[in-house]
Amino acid sequence: RIEASPSTFSTDATPNTYEEITSYNNFYEFGTGKEDPALYSGGLTVDPWSVVIDGLVDKPGTYDLADLVKDQALEERIYRFRCVEAWSMVIPWIGFELSGILNRVGVQSGAKFVAFETLVRPEEMPGQQSRFIEWPYREGLRLDEAMHPLTLMATGLYGEPMPNQNGAPIRLVVPWKYGFKSIKSIVRISLVAEMPPTTWNMLQPSEYGFYANVNPTVDHPRWSQASERLVGSGLFAGRQDTLMFNGYEAEVAGLYAGQDLAVDY
Amino acid sequence: MDRLNGYARRVPTWVVYGLGLVPLALLVWGAVQNSLGVDPVKAIEHRLGELGLQFLLASLAVTPLRRVGLNLLRFRRALGLLAFAYVSLHLVAWVWLDMGLRWAEVVADLWKRPYVILGMVGFLALLPLALTSTNAAIRRLGPKSWGRLHRLAYVAILAGVLHLVLLSKVWTAEVLVYAGLAVVLLGVRLLPRRSAQGRVPA
Repeated sequence: RIEASPSTFSTDATPNTYEEITSYNNFYEFGTGKEDPALYSGGLTVDPWSVVIDGLVDKPGTYDLADLVKDQALEERIYRFRCVEAWSMVIPWIGFELSGILNRVGVQSGAKFVAFETLVRPEEMPGQQSRFIEWPYREGLRLDEAMHPLTLMATGLYGEPMPNQNGAPIRLVVPWKYGFKSIKSIVRISLVAEMPPTTWNMLQPSEYGFYANVNPTVDHPRWSQASERLVGSGLFAGRQDTLMFNGYEAEVAGLYAGQDLAVDY
Repeated sequence: MDRLNGYARRVPTWVVYGLGLVPLALLVWGAVQNSLGVDPVKAIEHRLGELGLQFLLASLAVTPLRRVGLNLLRFRRALGLLAFAYVSLHLVAWVWLDMGLRWAEVVADLWKRPYVILGMVGFLALLPLALTSTNAAIRRLGPKSWGRLHRLAYVAILAGVLHLVLLSKVWTAEVLVYAGLAVVLLGVRLLPRRSAQGRVPA
């Protein structure tokens, strides 16, 4: 088991089972079905792994994963996870704050956003053999969002190293945003001045904004975001109300003071 | 082909009903055994909708197949009623298992979500067809107007396929196959009938 200290950011909600968390995934690099990632990610090589950190940083370079992680304090963070498809889970991640990496490489004053990219390796990621998404999968955060203490670089869950289907060996977790923002299997982190292009926004800008904050009052154009189904709660459990910022309103609402969240969705 | 037609003539229609309900039995069994995966609600809802589309497509294939000589007309009612049964159960699964009987949200969705509206259009198009599926109804309506009424099946399949397209996040092979089959089965009805059959287009 990975040693990790508990965190006051953890919810006391009961986590989903390991089985649920690892067999119900959206990771289109391995196929569009929820079971596809568990079925087809076994062949992904996650060691060795390196992450390019570039752009407006003092110490750009290609960092070996072990080197990137070595000085970071690992914590267990039990976070609510809300998918844009209106289902949710509770997941005990292991990871460290993204700010730890960013502070280490030195963010230059011109940097306003952080851009992330997922590995492109079609021979190990069968979903990438079709082109319905322009690979690599891309995501991004505003710098203040990236520096927020809730924003996690996760390397494990349930005390185990991150399973391939959940984004091994290192992924982002931004618990107040829809799940697609929490990009998996990261190979590049770029500090940039302008808002970077992001995959779902590129595919369908009217439906998936850059911010993608969980917000029960701003519906997806095709479905309501007012409520969600908690996966694993049983056939007849029905739905629960979706919380503003997925329940992290007290921690993050200040980031968006003065912004109209219906416009900046 | 004549041999195939000969076999088909000997199959009682209850066999089609029986086989058509096997997927439902498997689904219920799967739910009881808890073997439908991590998200049984979505699995049930998706499977019922899929079966509705499949039986609707099968019923719409009967006429084109007859044009090429394979006569399965005796089974069309069974296929259509099975489609209606699965679409109805799909609707129930949505309202009850998926929406958790949150009627306010159900009504809001019916009001403003195109894919939900289209799904409901498909169901409502099938409803009069199911209600007039008896021999007595055919006699009462007369075959001509009965036939005209049952063209609502075209509305149902278009609504059903668009419903699937609109709720998908990307174009998958599955979506393309259903949409393609629907377009083909409706498209062949626009082809002029061969004069060799001695019919003159009206």
